[in-house]
Amino acid sequence: MAYFDFAATAPMSNDVIAAWEFAVRQPGNASATHRDGQKSRLLWEEGRENIARSFGAKPFDVTMTGSGTEAINLAIKGLWWGRNADGARTRILTTEAEHHAALDAVNWLAEHESATVEFIALDEFGMIDVNDLRGRLSDDVALVTSLWVNNEIGTVQPIEDIVAAAAEHGVPVHMDAVAAWGHVPVSFDESGLAAMSVSAHKIGGPVGVGALAVARGWNVVPSIHGGSQQRLRSGSLDVAGTYAAGIAATVAHDHVLNSIAQTGALAQRLADGLRDTIPGVVFRGHPASRTVDNVHITVPGLDTVSAMFLLDELGHSVSAGSACQAGVNSPSHVLRAIGVSDSEGPLRFTLGRSTTESDIDDLLAVLPAIIERTRTLA
Amino acid sequence: MKVLAAMSGGVDSAVAAARAVDAGHDVTGVHLALSRMPGIFRSGSRGCCTVEDSLDARRAAGLLGIPFYVWDFSAQFTEAVVDDFISEYSAGRTPNPCMRCNERIKFAALLDRAIELGFDAVVTGHYANVETAADGTPELHRASAWAKDQSYVLGVLSADQLRHSMFPLGDTPSKDLVRAEADRRGLSVANKPDSHDICFIPEGDTRDWLADRIPMEPGKVLDTDGNVVGSHDGALSYTVGQRKGLNLGVPAADGRPRFVVTVKPQTNEVVVGSRADLDIAEIGGARVSWAGNDPVRSGYAEPTDGGFTAFDCEVQIRAHADPVPAIAEQCVGEIIVRPTTPLNGVATGQTAVLYVGTRVVGQFTIDRTVSATVLAT
Repeated sequence: MAYFDFAATAPMSNDVIAAWEFAVRQPGNASATHRDGQKSRLLWEEGRENIARSFGAKPFDVTMTGSGTEAINLAIKGLWWGRNADGARTRILTTEAEHHAALDAVNWLAEHESATVEFIALDEFGMIDVNDLRGRLSDDVALVTSLWVNNEIGTVQPIEDIVAAAAEHGVPVHMDAVAAWGHVPVSFDESGLAAMSVSAHKIGGPVGVGALAVARGWNVVPSIHGGSQQRLRSGSLDVAGTYAAGIAATVAHDHVLNSIAQTGALAQRLADGLRDTIPGVVFRGHPASRTVDNVHITVPGLDTVSAMFLLDELGHSVSAGSACQAGVNSPSHVLRAIGVSDSEGPLRFTLGRSTTESDIDDLLAVLPAIIERTRTLA
Repeated sequence: MKVLAAMSGGVDSAVAAARAVDAGHDVTGVHLALSRMPGIFRSGSRGCCTVEDSLDARRAAGLLGIPFYVWDFSAQFTEAVVDDFISEYSAGRTPNPCMRCNERIKFAALLDRAIELGFDAVVTGHYANVETAADGTPELHRASAWAKDQSYVLGVLSADQLRHSMFPLGDTPSKDLVRAEADRRGLSVANKPDSHDICFIPEGDTRDWLADRIPMEPGKVLDTDGNVVGSHDGALSYTVGQRKGLNLGVPAADGRPRFVVTVKPQTNEVVVGSRADLDIAEIGGARVSWAGNDPVRSGYAEPTDGGFTAFDCEVQIRAHADPVPAIAEQCVGEIIVRPTTPLNGVATGQTAVLYVGTRVVGQFTIDRTVSATVLAT
């Protein structure tokens, strides 16, 4: 039995749990002036520094949030409002394959503000068509927002080209880097991005800790008002969560630089095994520009729910990849956006640092038979 | 046995699952998502597939320590139950969507998937009993508590479906005991209200809901002699037995209340008559199924060329109607049932369930009715 859903939540290592427990025992509100408060503040700052360092940003430019979703909402709404004091830049350019955190935020701006949302063309791998983007850009665009890495199919977007195209018109770019951080090298300051969102539980940190980096010179209007604990977000600072996330970020950064190829080799072992044993299997996402620890397949006629049940019974945690509402996996809007029919049943396997070769072999020992058994049930 | 407990989020299915666990079965809970756009909150007795219900089911499964999944059957439910409901009404018939759901979803789509995935049976919170005939064929029987008996809505199950069904509440003397048991087990759904209405009509107003989905044209209201006595906004928004809201301009000759006797979608006419005109002396239908052995194999009747000879039974035409003694036979494929006292307010499309004692013999969809006044003349 093994865990193949790191992209949903990566388990916290003992080091991260120990860091969280250490920090949570420190009394004192991190905004208080007494020494207990100062000690708390020190842990929080250390956490934020580690987080910022892991993605190449200046600590003061990083706002800690309560989730990746909150960071994305703050970035998109904050940049839109910041660009529309005079209502002259209402257009948002994005893609149909975004996470719902971004899609629902831009749709909210369209419904409640005067935003108009346009979708940039994608190819069959979910890759942004930069020429299409160039054709849409002009100085009345409020922002471009996209996933750096698609959370379902693992495609890595051409960040440099997107940023360069937007820069010609002075348009800020926000990247939802939730599935990129800890999976590909990320350097915010060098990227030219205006804003970037991440989430700690995707890299082995605690759930409930997100972060938004905002480059200087861009005006992001806050949504949560109160004690001004941070420039862009009010609310007491989460000392233990941020400190533990900082440890996780340091470890994840080291993994990206030094050991992710080993995880990639295991993913390749899985992909090879699937290619050899499952007739009609299609590997989704870009074949080259992708995260190495994501294997996403579709199988014609596969009843994903039944396959997932049988795998779960054997202790293998896998995902359908798509968003879940009240426990139901809805048909994937990402797969629809790249032209995949609903009759193709998806399965997503995401690996992590703790994945072993025997995990892969155990899965491959049962998966072909399970897929064969359930592919006619849909 | 390895069993799949269908958990609606209500108290009955939660206790049924708990009893299956106590009985030593390997139980997995499943909640059926039947709507693509579920409501968030449950309101009173309305609906059974809100997000809140799904979370209640998940919580109950968690307390029982069993694995739990939500399976999406919304596409199948829309096609087999909701669309069928609309088309039956469009044809002037009055369908029972709960029976259709049992027939096509819970004990078909769900049961089929359960069997494919290695389960032996589906467990539900219905109040009914499955017994075994002398030859080993399963039989469906009324629940021990007649007040809660739900054998009517299960009357559509076949022997094969019954073989893979488990109703742990069937021998419970009362619903209060089930609630008390839920409370004792710490299940938060112990005091949740029962659901009575049609789950996919959250507002509870079937007429309004249908009016949004079926084109309605104004037409004539006739008496049983064919005289025009009023007009209506759409025949399909009337149901047999309806008394209120007729707005007739011409009073009845005898000054007595009038009721809808027939709805004719083909001519968009509504026929009204006296209470006596509602009395039905004979019903017939060809869409039949047997819950276990048929009447011949059961020894109730002798086979004939087109069916079987008449036998004594009871007929029930609604979930909560009283059963009426009757004689049933099958001629040229059609089941014909003559109650010993007239049935009141029968609409075509309704299901007639035949009982012998506590046993459900089978059911058929009523295709035609014969009025007692017509039969008398």
